[in-house]
Amino acid sequence: MSEFTLVNATLADGSVANIGVTDGVIKFIGDQKIGEQIDAKGLVALPGFVDLHTHLREPGFEQSETVLSGSRAAALGGFTAVHAMANTMPVADTAGVVEQIKSLGDEAGLVQVQPIGAVTVGLGGERLAELGAMANSRAKVTIFSDDGKCVSDPLLMRRALAYVKSFDGVIAQHAQEPRLTENSQMHEGNVSAELGLAGWPSVAEESIIARDVLLAEATGSRLHICHLSTAGSVEIIRWAKQRGIKVTAEVTPHHLLLTDELARTYNPVYKVNPPLRTDADVKALREALVDGTIDIVATDHAPHPVESKECEWSAAAFGMLGLETAASVAQLVLIDSGASNWQRFSEVMSVNPAAISRLESQGQKLEVGNVANIAVINPRTTRVISGGGASKSSNQPFEGIELPGTVIHTIYRGTFSVRDSKLAK
Amino acid sequence: MKHLVSVSDLSREAAIAILDTSLEMSEVNDRDIKKLPTLRGKTVVNLFFEDSTRTRISFEVAAKRLSADVINFAAKGSSVSKGESLKDTAQTLEAIGADAVVIRHHASGAAHMLANSGWVKGSVINAGDGTHEHPTQALLDAFTLRSAIHADARGKGLDGVAVAIVGDIAHSRVARSNLVLLKKLGAKVYLVGPPTLLPSALISQADGYSYSLDDAIATFKLDAVMMLRVQLERMTAGFFPSEREYARIWGLNADRLALLGSNTFVMHPGPMNRGLEIDAAAADSKNSLVLKQVANGVSVRMAVLYHLLSGGENE
Ligand SMILES: [Zn+2]
Repeated sequence: MSEFTLVNATLADGSVANIGVTDGVIKFIGDQKIGEQIDAKGLVALPGFVDLHTHLREPGFEQSETVLSGSRAAALGGFTAVHAMANTMPVADTAGVVEQIKSLGDEAGLVQVQPIGAVTVGLGGERLAELGAMANSRAKVTIFSDDGKCVSDPLLMRRALAYVKSFDGVIAQHAQEPRLTENSQMHEGNVSAELGLAGWPSVAEESIIARDVLLAEATGSRLHICHLSTAGSVEIIRWAKQRGIKVTAEVTPHHLLLTDELARTYNPVYKVNPPLRTDADVKALREALVDGTIDIVATDHAPHPVESKECEWSAAAFGMLGLETAASVAQLVLIDSGASNWQRFSEVMSVNPAAISRLESQGQKLEVGNVANIAVINPRTTRVISGGGASKSSNQPFEGIELPGTVIHTIYRGTFSVRDSKLAK
Repeated sequence: MKHLVSVSDLSREAAIAILDTSLEMSEVNDRDIKKLPTLRGKTVVNLFFEDSTRTRISFEVAAKRLSADVINFAAKGSSVSKGESLKDTAQTLEAIGADAVVIRHHASGAAHMLANSGWVKGSVINAGDGTHEHPTQALLDAFTLRSAIHADARGKGLDGVAVAIVGDIAHSRVARSNLVLLKKLGAKVYLVGPPTLLPSALISQADGYSYSLDDAIATFKLDAVMMLRVQLERMTAGFFPSEREYARIWGLNADRLALLGSNTFVMHPGPMNRGLEIDAAAADSKNSLVLKQVANGVSVRMAVLYHLLSGGENE
């Protein structure tokens, strides 16, 4: 196996050191040098990023994305692990399907592809899927989600939360009360009223989160809330955490940066679920990410083919790309804003998502003996985002926007998946 | 002006210019030979993704009176069935060489998309998009009201005129377009209806609102009431409990007509649900402008086509 040293890399705490890697493991952090020497002066080396919310679309929707193309986009984005959402065709609701997805990920070999299992059979919201079988499978599923749909039946949600305790699992809830969002197209507010697009009210998200944190308290189970989008949701999570409820929360890059004003273009690239909200929501989400109320940034990378977006708004699909821009948005919000630091960045992009998923060898600090999953970024560059990158789709919400930072190298288990911003294979 | 997608596209001056041209067109429509050669050689396509015989015929007559060639194109939308996409349809029309596309679509924003997509080179006229806008309806409403109020309307706006829009504001493209256009012309606009159908964002743009038609009549010194058509599916979706209750609280009946007094005009974009949002007593009263609204539709649409296609914005 290869042996190399990242020379003069800046670590999350601001210190500068050489990072030596041998046989997939960090050999030293210090002054020494072994093997090939790679200049990392001015570059920030962090634990490889971990995405808890990725739609890889395979099996079933390979025209949008495959495990391989999604792995490429992930590696280019600095990720060393992604969690594949269950809304594939067939749905990832059996041991067989999750093992298939894991095998495709291993074959691609660019990032760890960790499957998420469906909570209910076929995402139907009626019967629990075989959660235990998926947990005990070769894919070792720990996160279960009907993402794309909400587990809206309170009894089923209660049972699911309780059931996954036997293997330390967690339910990741897509919080959307279905009756309050029938035919909803965008955030309900001033802009939706003017545009005549049916509103997706904040309360449809908040009411489910409020219910579910109480259910998590009652069952003593772990609950994760996907893609928080409203200021009110932040308040509920804050309250729940103060009460000691075992809840974690994620926010997407697009909800940290974009608002419902973009819908004025009627360009469906801005159509997403949950919808882009208001400036006040963005502000609350950013503060919550800094103060720890929100635990992680997760992409909700959701590729769609051109024909699903090149149409009238109400006919278009929900979702946007995110893997190759997530680190840049996190840098903008945490570092360039002056609101926080690289240690917090590392927590929300790597350490916390790996901990929620109980992923060994991911999200570990860059310390001697740990598996070498490393993202190396140049924070001083800027780029204007254009196109879909390595994704098979091009529903790029940041098109034309200048973002800071570039992923230079991604090292997955001691091997470069990306080197000098190019895929190694 | 290239397209008419939203009344927001119009300045006050541009709107008044269209109303003034409409006046000239209405004089043409009163002649024996109701035809002008203005748009000879131009092709106007009526692209209707949603059935509306009234609006389509109004545009068709308007284009023909200006000597344009008219093609009617009824299409199925992609959200309803797996029909032809807006893009494919638009490119077909482009191949035909349409100078103007009049589009009616069930999706809000469809006209905006067509105008900004680059799929067609011609002008785009919004003939109603989902629950968003219906600019030519608002223009004909403004034209009708202006003519009713001013003996010589030319060059005038609707300054200080008090108008109540009553009913399902939330789902009405007519209400949205009228709110913006009437205010632009100087009118005071009040929104009236059940709270479930009055979005706060639109209330904040209005000069006032009321959840009670009786209160609105007592408070606002109205020059006109514009009754909106109630879709019965709103009842089944829980926006209000029953037809009877709606009529009792928000319907324009003989009693309320009497309270309004003889100087208040009654308007309705049609088609009317008689006995629901409006009674025969109001619809057929001497203050009713409903028939004039229908008649003026052709003149106003002629004016819009004229302004977009003959470059006559300095008219
Ligand atoms: Zn989701």
